[in-house]
Amino acid sequence: MFENISDKLQDTFKNLTGRGKLTESNIEDAMRDVRLALLEADVNYKIVKEFVDEVKSECLGERVMKSITPGQQAIKIVNDHLVQLMGESNVALDLSAKPSIILMVGLQGGGKTTTTAKLAHHLQKEGKSILMVAADVYRPAAIDQLEFLGRDLNIPVYSNKGTSNVTGIATTALAAAHRDNVDVMLVDTAGRLQIDQDLIQELKNLKQHLNPAEILLIADTALGQEAVSVASHFNDALNLTGIVLTKMDSDAHGGAALSMRKVTGKPIKFVGVGEKTQDFEPFYPDRMASRILGMGDVVSLVEKAAETISEEEAKKLEQKMLKKKYDFNDFLSQLGQMKKLGGLGTILDMMPGGKKLKDAVNIDDNMLTHIEAILSSMTPYERNHPDVLKEMSRKKRIAKGSGRPVDDVQQLLKRFDMMKSMVSNHKKFPGMFGGGSGQYNSIKSSGQQSKTMSQKAKKAKRKKHKKKR
Amino acid sequence: METIYTKFKSGLQRSKTLLVRNIQSVFGAAESWDKIDYEQLEEALIRTDLGVQVTRRIVEYIKEQYERGVIHTTSDIIECTKQLLYVFLSDDCETPVVYAESGPTVILMVGVNGSGKTTTTGKLANMWQQEGKSVLLAACDTFRAAAIEQLKIWGERTGCQVISGKYGADPASIAFDAVHAATARKSDILIIDTAGRQHTKKGLMDELAKIKRIIQKAISNAPHETWLVVDGSTGTNALQQAKMFQSSADINGLCITKLDGTSKGGVVVAIHDEFKLPIKFVGLGEKESDIQIFNAKVFCEALFSE
Repeated sequence: MFENISDKLQDTFKNLTGRGKLTESNIEDAMRDVRLALLEADVNYKIVKEFVDEVKSECLGERVMKSITPGQQAIKIVNDHLVQLMGESNVALDLSAKPSIILMVGLQGGGKTTTTAKLAHHLQKEGKSILMVAADVYRPAAIDQLEFLGRDLNIPVYSNKGTSNVTGIATTALAAAHRDNVDVMLVDTAGRLQIDQDLIQELKNLKQHLNPAEILLIADTALGQEAVSVASHFNDALNLTGIVLTKMDSDAHGGAALSMRKVTGKPIKFVGVGEKTQDFEPFYPDRMASRILGMGDVVSLVEKAAETISEEEAKKLEQKMLKKKYDFNDFLSQLGQMKKLGGLGTILDMMPGGKKLKDAVNIDDNMLTHIEAILSSMTPYERNHPDVLKEMSRKKRIAKGSGRPVDDVQQLLKRFDMMKSMVSNHKKFPGMFGGGSGQYNSIKSSGQQSKTMSQKAKKAKRKKHKKKR
Repeated sequence: METIYTKFKSGLQRSKTLLVRNIQSVFGAAESWDKIDYEQLEEALIRTDLGVQVTRRIVEYIKEQYERGVIHTTSDIIECTKQLLYVFLSDDCETPVVYAESGPTVILMVGVNGSGKTTTTGKLANMWQQEGKSVLLAACDTFRAAAIEQLKIWGERTGCQVISGKYGADPASIAFDAVHAATARKSDILIIDTAGRQHTKKGLMDELAKIKRIIQKAISNAPHETWLVVDGSTGTNALQQAKMFQSSADINGLCITKLDGTSKGGVVVAIHDEFKLPIKFVGLGEKESDIQIFNAKVFCEALFSE
């Protein structure tokens, strides 16, 4: 259904290589693809138009026309423009006042309450004392929701179920914040349509009373063309200070982010990336650009790996492999790590070109489950001493225990042997099973991020994935 | 009295006139239509979140009709687009709810976070209670803070009993209990509200499949209906949502919510065109009565009325 922009551009230009000079109409064709891909990614049509015009004029310059790799050049220009549109760098919150008040606003179901708790948790980790204010007096149980979250996080919540006067609630809460010497007061408001005059007025009143340091628009990454209307209405009414994108863990391309940023000129400050309170990160424009382009997100993958796999663990494993002491226990723990990372599919999605590979080889996460079942059906002794597994009776028992055919067990043992011999043939094997943490270590130690990862390394990584099957 | 038509229309009003105005402004003065005009028509349609595929088909059709001399005026375009949209939709897009022949009709509500599952569940309960049916609700969102309380409040508002468990409990077990309770209490309809989940999370999607399997242990042909609740302001990702929920939860209907805003809900057409899923209900506001049975004719008319 969706072909990502970078692949499209590559394809378009691939057909042209070897023909000598590019013509203006070649570029024109490529730009048509860019336009469609951006529209499919939900970037607002008006912004797409401007964007394509700008990129086109730059592509018509010498750099692309005369390049031997026009595709790469064009993608770079598109990427640079996207990053530029997105804002060059992350913009922090202004928390100089005491208490600093942050007003959370947005449509229904955008994730305001969840985000309020996430932001509170984030600031709490930075050592701030926080008060959350439940000012959503309309949605059933919204106040309960914030109270529950506050209890979990051990963050006080001010609420008053007896009134629907939002300004009143906020005024009392502010007095409490002053009294308790709170650093940051977060106000969770009810979801509302940007065209609902009465409810927007309610927010305006709230702003007047509280004089908040930050007014954040909480918006769903999957928003469609409406994103522009939503963002501009809220911005006109309240003069937002920033945007928080939620549900970034979906596979939405997030063109709405670009639209909202462009139409309001306000920075995107944070992103929500999961259901748990800690699933919350600062926003990095370059990563979003890669996502819209469909170029993969290696930086996030590396970070995710760093979170789930400790460096120590990875080093230990690598040592073991070099000494040929790698056994099924290590294999099993690595499987666990891959699962924590979200399974093969997720990992591939985050890699450049991974989507294509996934379609091509039909990756199935069940495979991992099957392998895990087989490994779990071995006794600890067998896992430590893979050699004893040559006995057929053991194989049969394991097959029975895991509910897999004996063939599967055989195959796994064979592959394991192959892997081991592969390792011993290489003095320095760059990565282990699936190439996860080994590469991650080298990237990390050189202090560099994905961009420096050579094409070669990426290819090797892909190959390894293939082999594993 | 407010008829279905006027209500639906007033909810969608803002979007329609805009689309019409856009089309008129594009083709109004022009002597003959050229490439630029079509690009603008394309943009006007894209704005309604119809998606690139559907939009291109409409534009190509109109272009062809114009070149063959079949259509000449702005109102021709509007008429033509309207008919085409209706064609895209009419293929079984309105199918009434099929009630179980005996025992409770079990309806499973699924969708991504914040799409409006609980609110839609409450509105449906209200609608069926008003029709004199007895409705039982099951709070299977045991994950999100206060989700159970939210459904209980809807239960109080609509006079429905709510089957619930503890937070962190296995939603499948609550669903199972609820199906048994619905049978024992001779409820006509059981609506099972599930936790919001991103379609990309395999574990959570598997959980849905499990809920369905467990329900089948209580009533073999249940759930009779599994509906995906889609936020009307969602862009192209709604297609991806439909695809993934279809493969994990075997959905057989859609509920589109929040169409009272400026959102055009064009994504409805795109989803139906791709997956042939019938559209059951449309949410048009925050009140319990703000729900309508989907009607393609009304939808298309409303989209273009002035």
